Amino acid sequence: MNPYVERIYNGIVKENPVFIMMLGMCPALAVTTSATNGFGMGMSTMAVLIMSNLIISLLRKIIPDQVRLPAYIVIVASLVTVVQLLIQAYIPVLYSALGIYIPLIVVNCIILGRAEAYAAKNPPLLSVMDGVGMGLGFTVGLTILGLLRELFGAGTAFGIQIMPDAYQPIAVLTQAPGAFLVLALIIAVMNAFSIKTAANDKVEGCDGCCATCQQKCADEKKEGETV
Amino acid sequence: MTLLMIIVTSALINNVVLNQFLGLCSFLGVSKQIKTSASLGAAVIFVMTIASAVANLLYTFVLDPLGLSYLQTIVFILVIAALVQVVEMFLKKAMPALHSALGIYLPLITTNCAVLGVALNNVTDGYNFIESVICGFGTAVGFTLAIVLLAGIRERLESNDNVPKAFQGAPLVLLSAALMAIAFCGFSGLA
Repeated sequence: MNPYVERIYNGIVKENPVFIMMLGMCPALAVTTSATNGFGMGMSTMAVLIMSNLIISLLRKIIPDQVRLPAYIVIVASLVTVVQLLIQAYIPVLYSALGIYIPLIVVNCIILGRAEAYAAKNPPLLSVMDGVGMGLGFTVGLTILGLLRELFGAGTAFGIQIMPDAYQPIAVLTQAPGAFLVLALIIAVMNAFSIKTAANDKVEGCDGCCATCQQKCADEKKEGETV
Repeated sequence: MTLLMIIVTSALINNVVLNQFLGLCSFLGVSKQIKTSASLGAAVIFVMTIASAVANLLYTFVLDPLGLSYLQTIVFILVIAALVQVVEMFLKKAMPALHSALGIYLPLITTNCAVLGVALNNVTDGYNFIESVICGFGTAVGFTLAIVLLAGIRERLESNDNVPKAFQGAPLVLLSAALMAIAFCGFSGLA
């Protein structure tokens, strides 16, 4: 497969950040009260991800290895601020719906994760395609989550009435507990069909999204071996 | 009275994990045992209270007077990352006992979105210094409460072999969290 197309396929299907890699769970659960919000969050994250992958890939030979994480954080935080101001100016409805979760894109594991795992080692064009693929994968994941919650929790999809009038909406699904509930059921279905998802490693604490958690797990394993 | 209300709101009504979905990584990952989750909770209380104080001082005396409030995200994340490093070094030197108890959890907290979330929320809500510190403390207490409760549930679920295969692992933990979240919804009547 063409390497550029492969990146897109990889992001949407093979390493889907929401369902397979389980990255960026905080926004995935918090803003998916409706399909529109999920889509908006996905697109905002994708914009940041593409730009951060591009810039980090361009600077990958200039940034010294020891200070790469702080450097990445500054780049990502600047981009997030730009996106936040743009959304505030042009899509105020989305801005008030997503609220604090827009600045929190900075600490979204996907962005730093892709910077570390891909953009820091690959040329700019491929890194941009990686950002597009991962961003689309995140958007698709959030939209599906939002759609399920909105459809069964309010009987609508993207704000349009879908369910018949006789349908009694399960209101709890659009509230906070519904996020955990829907994700639990999705992972249970994936387990039943033996689709491998990182969620199960995550609850064991050994698939942290950050370098430090992985370091901690590696240390613990080493300690276990010596004992 | 308002301060008490801030604590109740930040710890119970708007629980940082179960209602605002911040800090989920450590909530799901470090909740296997009550003991470790309580240590993490203590470290979070420590860092979040200090971070709220520092972020508030920075915003009130530097960012706001200079008209640089749009830089808050960048400044806060860097300050929090640096702060965690300083706190770790200070504890190592001054309180080795506390450091050995909390040490491994401190770096984890740098990437905990809850800390940044509180700092940003304090600005949005227009809290003054005392209110920010109280809100940071209350939020962290809410985090500790949630993670210790989940660890308690998970310790009991550990010995149960009757769980259907598809629900073993993450789904069961998430379902427990969902039930806890429903229970915490009951606190919304307090406000």
